[in-house]
Amino acid sequence: MIMQDFAEAFRLAFGLVAAMDADLVEIIGLSLRVSLTAVLVAAVLGMPLGALLATVRFPGRSAVVIVVNALMGLPPVVVGLLVYMALSNAGPLGFLQFLYTPAAMIIAQSILITPIVAALTRQIIEAMNFEYAEQFASLSVPWHTRIVALISDARYALLTVLLAGFGRAIAEVGAVIIVGGNIAHLTRVMTTAIALETSKGDLALALALGIVLLVIALVVNAAVMSLRAGAESRAHA
Amino acid sequence: MLDQPIAQSASQLPLAVAGLCFRAGGATLIDQLDLVLTDHGVTVVMGPNGAGKSLLVRLLHGLIESQAGSITWNGRSCGQATRLRQAMVFQKPVLLRRSVAANVDFVLRLKGASNRERLNQLLAQANLLDKKDQPARALSGGEQQRLALARALASDPDVLFLDEPTASLDPSSTQTIETAITQASGRGVKIILVTHDAGQARRLANDVVFIHRGAVLEHSGAEGFFKQPASIAARDYLAGKLVI
Repeated sequence: MIMQDFAEAFRLAFGLVAAMDADLVEIIGLSLRVSLTAVLVAAVLGMPLGALLATVRFPGRSAVVIVVNALMGLPPVVVGLLVYMALSNAGPLGFLQFLYTPAAMIIAQSILITPIVAALTRQIIEAMNFEYAEQFASLSVPWHTRIVALISDARYALLTVLLAGFGRAIAEVGAVIIVGGNIAHLTRVMTTAIALETSKGDLALALALGIVLLVIALVVNAAVMSLRAGAESRAHA
Repeated sequence: MLDQPIAQSASQLPLAVAGLCFRAGGATLIDQLDLVLTDHGVTVVMGPNGAGKSLLVRLLHGLIESQAGSITWNGRSCGQATRLRQAMVFQKPVLLRRSVAANVDFVLRLKGASNRERLNQLLAQANLLDKKDQPARALSGGEQQRLALARALASDPDVLFLDEPTASLDPSSTQTIETAITQASGRGVKIILVTHDAGQARRLANDVVFIHRGAVLEHSGAEGFFKQPASIAARDYLAGKLVI
């Protein structure tokens, strides 16, 4: 009986995916929009921060590095809670009226993955800077040119960093369900929909979304890996 | 054509080093080193392994700081300002993860002198014009070092340091590099070359600084040095004996 339900759920799920069900497409679209925007924000903030930490020596630098590394493991629900408090009507950013909108979800995911991007960028850039530093010193390269050159030369390795950030964002549920509220046609994304449909017992839609989520993860990973492999074979990485 | 760069390089010479000391990990690696270089041309720094040759050129270039003593280039303390008119080729070339041309162009841009003609001229001199679009890191060892030298020359330095640039390179790359060194020297660039290769030293040197245990054991004209080294250590070194 259970096995039959299981098979039936898979059959329905593949049906939904194959038919490009409108609800399904809407949910996937919003998921991608929210998480990709969060990756963009995290890249813009996290990469220069990571590069700066990798190349500039200042008092308290190790403490900052430790904090950034620790923030990589931020629990999504805690981020969700803090963003919820900040954006709620009584909170300091309540006037923005962002709560229960995709904007709130983007903010929460950006906070979640910026430390990941910053910490991994620091590791990569620090290793490269170790190699370049003496040459750059010999050439008297100004610090801002160094950072741009390091980020540019590490671009293929940094793709993997963005991938890690995207993977974390697209898969998390704790933050977006608190600040987004899982409102149909407004803030419902793949992970929140899976949580809801599972609790309602509609395993087919949940499973369909789960399959899409897995496929997205596989495709993005494969794309980045092949890009990197190409770069390595051209000795750029 | 030749005169003006020579006049320019005179702006960094003489080099005066007095009482230079560098210690690391409890060991004194450069010990009360004195040296004066007044003439342009090629100064070759020789000496047994661990004598402090690489350290010395790094100190002279201002990449590391000494604990005691002074280094002045035409009266100016060694540092950022003097380094701006100097360049260095390291034993192991550090190439950017970019194309051959982009590596040279990086330095041309840095000096505000990016132009295609100069770029092509530098690559042609390094015998790399046909590889300009290839990734720099995919080049052979000899090609990489030729590129590193072309990049160093792109900054149009008054002083060029080379730290064993041809160690373990093929003869044709070595020849290309030696030709470029001779040409740069002819243009008035002061060359300070660290080498283990006595043949190379004989081919290029105007004067030789022989370093032993972190101090200058002798500094003399190349001809005199190779004919009759004053110190026993230099004599043993040239004779291929182990000098400890």
